[in-house]
Amino acid sequence: MGMEGIGARVARKEDKRFLTGKGRYTDDMVVPGMKFAAFVRSPHAHAKINGIDIEAARAMPGVIDVLEGRQLQADGIGNLICGWMIHSKDGTPMKMGAWRPLAIDIVRYVGDAVAIVVADSAGEARDAAEAVVVDYEELPAVTSAVAALQPGAPQIHPEAPGNLIFDWQIGDPAATDAAIAQAAHVTEIEILNNRLSPNPMEPRATLGIYDAAEDHFTCYTTSQNPHVARLVMSAFYNVAPENKLRVIAPDVGGGFGSKIYIYPEEIVCLWASKKTGVPVKWTSDRTEAFLTDAHGRDHVSKVKMAFDKDHRIIGLKVDTIANLGAYMSLFSSAVPTYLYATLLSGQYDIPAIHANVRTVYTTTVPVDAYRGAGRPEATYLLERTMEVAARELGLSPAELRRKNFIRSFPHQTPVIMNYDAGDYDASLNAALAAADWDGFAARRAEAESRGMKRGIGMSCYIEACGIAPSQAVGSLGAGVGLWESAEVRVNAVGTIEVLTGSHSHGQGHETTFAQLIADRLGVPIASVNIVHGDTDKVQMGMGTYGSRSGAVGMSAIVKALDKVEMKAKKIAAHLMEADESDIVIENGDVKVAGTDKSLPWFQVALAAYTAHNLPSGMEPGLKETAFYDPSNFTFPAGCYIAEVEIDPETGKTEIVQFVAADDFGNIINPLIVEGQVHGGLAQGIGQALLEEVRYDEQNGQLLTASYMDYAMPRADDLPSFTLSHQNTPCPGNPLGIKGCGEAGAIGSPPALINAITDAIGINHLHMPATPLKVWSALQDGQMRQAAE
Amino acid sequence: MYATSYHRASSVDEAVNLRSSHDEGRYLSGGMTLIATMKQRLAAPSDLIDLRHIAALKGITVDGHTVRIGGATPHADVASSAAVRAVCPAICELAAMIGDPHVRHMGTIGGSIANNDPAADYPAAMLALAATIITDRREIPAEEFFTGLFETALEEGELVTAVSFEAPEKAGYAKFRNPASRYAITGVFVAKAAGGVRVAVTGAGSNGVFRAETIEAALAADWSPESPKAASIDPADLMSDMHASAEYRANLVRVMAKRAVIAAG
Repeated sequence: MGMEGIGARVARKEDKRFLTGKGRYTDDMVVPGMKFAAFVRSPHAHAKINGIDIEAARAMPGVIDVLEGRQLQADGIGNLICGWMIHSKDGTPMKMGAWRPLAIDIVRYVGDAVAIVVADSAGEARDAAEAVVVDYEELPAVTSAVAALQPGAPQIHPEAPGNLIFDWQIGDPAATDAAIAQAAHVTEIEILNNRLSPNPMEPRATLGIYDAAEDHFTCYTTSQNPHVARLVMSAFYNVAPENKLRVIAPDVGGGFGSKIYIYPEEIVCLWASKKTGVPVKWTSDRTEAFLTDAHGRDHVSKVKMAFDKDHRIIGLKVDTIANLGAYMSLFSSAVPTYLYATLLSGQYDIPAIHANVRTVYTTTVPVDAYRGAGRPEATYLLERTMEVAARELGLSPAELRRKNFIRSFPHQTPVIMNYDAGDYDASLNAALAAADWDGFAARRAEAESRGMKRGIGMSCYIEACGIAPSQAVGSLGAGVGLWESAEVRVNAVGTIEVLTGSHSHGQGHETTFAQLIADRLGVPIASVNIVHGDTDKVQMGMGTYGSRSGAVGMSAIVKALDKVEMKAKKIAAHLMEADESDIVIENGDVKVAGTDKSLPWFQVALAAYTAHNLPSGMEPGLKETAFYDPSNFTFPAGCYIAEVEIDPETGKTEIVQFVAADDFGNIINPLIVEGQVHGGLAQGIGQALLEEVRYDEQNGQLLTASYMDYAMPRADDLPSFTLSHQNTPCPGNPLGIKGCGEAGAIGSPPALINAITDAIGINHLHMPATPLKVWSALQDGQMRQAAE
Repeated sequence: MYATSYHRASSVDEAVNLRSSHDEGRYLSGGMTLIATMKQRLAAPSDLIDLRHIAALKGITVDGHTVRIGGATPHADVASSAAVRAVCPAICELAAMIGDPHVRHMGTIGGSIANNDPAADYPAAMLALAATIITDRREIPAEEFFTGLFETALEEGELVTAVSFEAPEKAGYAKFRNPASRYAITGVFVAKAAGGVRVAVTGAGSNGVFRAETIEAALAADWSPESPKAASIDPADLMSDMHASAEYRANLVRVMAKRAVIAAG
């Protein structure tokens, strides 16, 4: 592998600039004449707008203009859309309500944008935004999806009667019902998946620049996928044709899904720049981020899992209601359907599955993909159910799982997915050994002697990454293909630029991708630059989410590298008068195998550009482009074990150990993979123990709009993690990569809740397991015991 | 944040004069609450008069068992004071538990008690230690100083210059943190002195910091970690919010009192 090649623990190249404060984020961008925007936002969850008076605001100091939705609509700017069509089981298309970038007649969540103020300074823009007088007529709010489906609930969009967006199903209802009817045992459980705020360190920001002379727009934005942003803003929002719109996503400080989507602010700032004739910058503050960044999760599910007399699962029935918030965000419809219900087979051989999913409008911020996106919901549901089933059946959690593991591949599940490779026993065994599961009873007894309640729990997760085969997702309703592109550009002196459609916002692509080049060509990673995030530089791309940049993005680089290597070998063979098939590239030299003939890499590159002596008919230059479309999803899997101690006096949970045993396929940089797992675990543990978005059910106000009330995991909430890998290479892509970005967030919540419920001897406890909730559960348990 | 004018006072007189000439002005003594509130545009003082650079307001003196802490002394100085630790380690422990290192180097004892956040730590210590709050114009017993949620006996423009207290025989502090803000959901300061046992509770009371007489009586009868367990705490007097119900807080008052007694030794 070499010192810097595939498999090497190389420190991240990009960290010097991040750690020394030299990163260049959207808010760092300064252009001549730049002005600042503030948005007028609805203070109500649901209200009719009877009028907007902007005159006082317009007269405020420093104000350049105040613009509202009617002007935007008159200029032909389109509504925001959801790009993935889902049909209900009755064949009708999903019922998408209008999402105007600036609300005109109705506001539907606290934070809904109504107008934009452009002023000389951010402070003046804010002062003026407060002076905009909006005449609201309050309408009733509804914040929970279950409540929104009740008869008589407030109607949110005229397009979606009863607030139902779609009523979709997957799998075989008759076979599943039959399995349940003949089962030896059925485990039933209700599962709530708590609503989360993504909280990237860098809040969203955008800078819209209109050049009147060229009739051209530039959009700096905090995006995980600048090309998708350009495509959507051109094709659907009518901001500008693609050749007149450049989108740049420079350094981006985390996304976790929330920066996939195009939000109203990008569209409105671009439009406002044209209206006002000045570049317009907007930067979210943290409260705005809580109010307007797309949230994640928010499912309510009923589950029935049927077992035969040998404890084999014979059927799984799931009924889920998913809250999509006030509007359908860009990929919102795909998350509780094809990213969720297709994973309900887990690691288990289940002959019959049926899942029904209803998605619902509420007067809350839109809900879309957040780290894991559907797969954490599926894993939590399955692994909580498996735990409860094991307790009901009197089996150890490992034994019940082993009885049901899939062991032959490829494996076709009843819910679309075709698993290509895996070894679930290997991860389970490794995790059990690392956690010393067998020694738990002694540890529990010791904890009891200190008055503490100790519990242990596991979770065996699977996820689908490497999103995704374009034809397959197209047939399921996706509005885009999910391939990736790359260009490998060898400079005349042999240094290399790789242009990728993937986007790095914390993943370390500048290092990992360079390691691939170093591995193939034997050049140091210092001589490789990764270029991304600018639609004017990079040909085209679909961006980074769904753990796709290794499996899909790097596969595109491999394809381009193959072409570069082939051409370089041709040139070298010609220069050294050897046969092309005898040329090998080793340690930065291009050699004739079995001889002492050799050329340094840079001389081959130089020859390609001087073109003084190329094979007859060959074009000069050494630069190749490739597009890679995956043939299947990839299927990372693993086993996580959490061990906790609960203080019964306060209900506080301490994680005493956390073991993660993962199969990510081949690994490029173990250091970065471990970092990804650590970060994912922190977010999964956050969901399990701390995080929850809460709205006031009566008036729809966001109660958790700051870090005073929204609990993020801190270092002292987390244990030291014990990681290991049991990798089976992915057969579907050239590097054998499966992806590692989301596993931690997917696998950890059920392991923790299983451990906590084990500790307190209660089967049902909903996330987050706050001290209040655990203490209350213990009190209820004591009262029940006393009553019995 | 709305526009504001910043003044750096160099003496108590200058600070008081500046404050009296600006009706909408506020003293700034660390700003760990005020600045955050201003950034959210929930407070809009026209002028900020910074007290942290007034030499007379800074520093700690220990004379026998009498401890005097200047109003603009940051928490980190209290936490690390060997002189205080020698006579009353509990107050050092409390200071070391406030916020994070940034907060402890900016926030001050005067700022904390003048703000009287119902979840702040220092008010519990002041009340349990029967401290005296010294201002630019008078001395106020802690018992009379804390009057309600974010309310104190301070008059318009009155400035806390120092606090002083007699180190007790034993004292201890224990708090249970809010998982989000890390402020006290419940914090209990216990002190055993010649005058008796005093127990003060922060974070829990619906009217701010209060003395838990039932626990005081139990500890006066038997200074033992188990004594608070049976003490009656009425949830009707306690706050209830999404992080902690009143019943849960009542439980935490007893549990934190037990742990404070253990800490006191």
